[in-house]
Amino acid sequence: MRRPLDILTGPILAENPVTLQILGICSALAVTTSMTTAFTMCVALTVVLMASSALISAIRRHIPNAIRLILQITIIASLVIVADLVLQAYAFAVSQRLSIFVALIVTNCIVLGRAEAFAMSNPVWPSVLDALGNGLGYSAILLIVAFVRELFGSGTLFEIRVFAPVAEGGWFQPLGFLLLAPSAFFLLGLLIWAIRSWRSEQAERDPHPVPLMERTP
Amino acid sequence: MTDLFLRAVFADNLILSLFLGMCTFLAVSKSVDTALGLGAAVIVVMTVTVPVNQLILTHLLSEGAWAWAGLPEVDLSFLRLIAFIGVIAAMVQVLEMALDRFAPGLYRALGIYLPLITVNCAILAGSLFMAERSYTLGESVVFGFGGGVGWALAIAALAAIRERLDYADVPRGLQGLGITFVVTGLMSMGFTAFGSLAAP
Repeated sequence: MRRPLDILTGPILAENPVTLQILGICSALAVTTSMTTAFTMCVALTVVLMASSALISAIRRHIPNAIRLILQITIIASLVIVADLVLQAYAFAVSQRLSIFVALIVTNCIVLGRAEAFAMSNPVWPSVLDALGNGLGYSAILLIVAFVRELFGSGTLFEIRVFAPVAEGGWFQPLGFLLLAPSAFFLLGLLIWAIRSWRSEQAERDPHPVPLMERTP
Repeated sequence: MTDLFLRAVFADNLILSLFLGMCTFLAVSKSVDTALGLGAAVIVVMTVTVPVNQLILTHLLSEGAWAWAGLPEVDLSFLRLIAFIGVIAAMVQVLEMALDRFAPGLYRALGIYLPLITVNCAILAGSLFMAERSYTLGESVVFGFGGGVGWALAIAALAAIRERLDYADVPRGLQGLGITFVVTGLMSMGFTAFGSLAAP
């Protein structure tokens, strides 16, 4: 049995769901053009993930194996609807900018993945910790990407001006490219490169290594 | 209609400009054959589910849809998420059984990919975009088909590139996932340029 602290902190770096397990990337990239949307998305996902893990873990002994996927999806979908309606009620502007991406938490592989891999076979308390850890791991990646994209793409952070742009008499020329889709792919690729160079046990094996003899000209 | 189709395939490509269906996109793009199989399955499922969900949304879930039953003030639109995901799961199951019965060859080829499609965000997003932009039935058929074609095109292209990439001398930390993201970024830039095709 792992210690509670390991369950919580493991997914943040060592077993990060986004960079190592390739889960939940869809939404991770689309909402990262500004810190506000990324932060809202992180909170929504973490809350839904913790609630679904707690619920599924609480009823895990009563779920028949044959219909467990449908049951899990239904529980997750109900929680996501609640989250979506709460956002529409209390943060309407942000919910409009997130458009369908809050609803897409339903098909976010992290939520179903944690339900299936952890909550189905563990008691409630460790499941909640595991969910929180995975939520934080996802949030860390999202916030790093969003920080770079918003700061250098429009010179702001949480819509507060940090660099004065040229258009308003300052010195900063916003890099419009960072607000387009391709930059998110590049940033995430570079981030993965950085993490895997630092923690080299996460790197993938070369399927066709180049023999040393051929390398030297 | 042609405009809508071209937009769905290129400018609003589900993977490369909206990041949808990435998980399957990255996991199943190691060889061209499997990528083509999955692409075909996505095209079929999207062309079927988007119009079916459009019918369900207009005739069962939208405000006033139950007026004929004497319940004009009933508005079930908050149920659309559960309804959509249920329809998608059911359609995938039906498609699986139909293929098994009538096209066993195709069923064996697609077999393992069909269940994966239920949790593919591109499919659900197709239906949600349809609801958000209130497409008509005809438009939703075109949009579903176009979205599926765009997705299939992107995954087949990436798989072809990755087959070559296996033999490239990539820095160690960048291998696998990292370089795949960089390649996807380059493809995404290319597709952004295609976007002007759809513009009038």
